[in-house]
Amino acid sequence: MNLEKLMRIDRRLIFLLIALAVIFPLLFPIGLPTHLSKPVQDTFNAVDSIPPDGPPLMLSIDYDPAAMPELYPMTLAILRHCFSRNIRVLVLSLHRAGPGIGEMATTRIAKEYGKKEGEDYVYLGFKPGFGAVILRMGEDIHGAFLTDYYNRPIGEIPMMREIHNYDDIPLVICLSAAAIPELWMMYAGSRYHQTIAAGVTAVSAADYYPFLQTDQLVGLIGGLKGASEYEKLVNELEERLGVDKKRKESLSKEEYEKLQVSHSKASAGMDSQSIAHLVIIAFIVIGNVAYFAQRRRKR
Amino acid sequence: MNLSPDPWVWLAALLTLCIYSFLYKDNPFYKAAEHLFVGLSAGYFLVIYWYNAVYPDMVVPLFKQGKLLCIIPGLLGLFFFFRFIPKVGWVSRWSIAFYIGVGAGMSIPATMQMRILEQMKGTMQPFFSLETWHVFVENPSLASFGALIGIPLMIVGVMCTLSYFFFSREHKGVLGGMSRIGIIFLMIGFGASFGYTVMARISLLIGRVQFLMSDWLGVID
Repeated sequence: MNLEKLMRIDRRLIFLLIALAVIFPLLFPIGLPTHLSKPVQDTFNAVDSIPPDGPPLMLSIDYDPAAMPELYPMTLAILRHCFSRNIRVLVLSLHRAGPGIGEMATTRIAKEYGKKEGEDYVYLGFKPGFGAVILRMGEDIHGAFLTDYYNRPIGEIPMMREIHNYDDIPLVICLSAAAIPELWMMYAGSRYHQTIAAGVTAVSAADYYPFLQTDQLVGLIGGLKGASEYEKLVNELEERLGVDKKRKESLSKEEYEKLQVSHSKASAGMDSQSIAHLVIIAFIVIGNVAYFAQRRRKR
Repeated sequence: MNLSPDPWVWLAALLTLCIYSFLYKDNPFYKAAEHLFVGLSAGYFLVIYWYNAVYPDMVVPLFKQGKLLCIIPGLLGLFFFFRFIPKVGWVSRWSIAFYIGVGAGMSIPATMQMRILEQMKGTMQPFFSLETWHVFVENPSLASFGALIGIPLMIVGVMCTLSYFFFSREHKGVLGGMSRIGIIFLMIGFGASFGYTVMARISLLIGRVQFLMSDWLGVID
């Protein structure tokens, strides 16, 4: 093929090939293996170490719908992990576009596991101010959030009676597509020595690795790959605990299969991810070969 | 094929296709979807801020509970709108000054602690650890080798990368060599970030394609 033609390839052809690389593995799954990474395993272990019916995990939903393909499966997997182990959850959002997503995820998984709002989980909703809210919660969560998302005074919620500040929160997980995990580390981590883990989009995952080495983050879930790893860990845990068996017995075959699909949404995308990456690598190699060959010819 | 009967799913699917039509070329469908997104977002965020901040944190305490101190943040917030009136636009600078002052006061010490002191502490490690050496000798694997060279590699990387950013001396001799190694570390860092960025963009596409094929068309589960 003429190298000059290759260098001027229509970008729409590349878009088309990427689209096909994504669509075909979804239609015809290959089942390529994905390996568990240490930061995801560490996050799982940190959640798993919280005692059942004890102090709650704080889950901060700090992302907008644009980041949902990567972070929503993480949110669901973490909530499933907590509810299958009877770990209580305190959910909130510091991002203005987060409260709707947080409510959708929390109510859906709570209903699936038969958890009670106010006893097994509390949804605080959104409060603007990022760092100021994180600092205020270090002093008094009841002062930062006067009511929950449903306008119920915090003091009247049974679960919140024992929770006042970070001393009562064993772990915070911040799910974010921006730099909000840094704010958690800055204000809750440095000042109040709060244990923090983060779930981030793949774009920002590389920026957070230095914080793992210094233990400022106890764990990190990066992108769709991280979400699929966490999903896999939770699915294995549910099998071990017998949650999956109980579900199979109580639901119809169709309902059970539908639920299984929704519990493996991130994993289902991993074939497409791998194939699309191979296509991109091929384009990078072809582009470089053509570039260097053209340069040599010009000389 | 099991097409969705939900009109909202249809609307979301059509808007997704409108946005992706930009990949072919700019067109009125893309423009319409883009403007709809901007307008809806502005309206949605206005409502979110009113019900989650202005109403519970200012209107209720001030007008229903008589907490007069709430006038101060309320006024500072209102001053921002003075920018729309050129003659008194300068008043908004008070609010900006307050905002910047509080923000800087809050973040400077915290940033120093999180980004500099903690990271320096993480770098001050023994160059060579006998413990990781023993682990490697007893169980030679890629993971134990990684643990063995991890700390020395990090220390060399930090020193060399920092020397690349040392501009008070010409990059020749030892400094030149170190800064060239620093460039390699920087390039590896940029490559990792780029790789992750590609992965993120593909993930977003996968999410949308899953929605179109599952929720809308019903061709996959």
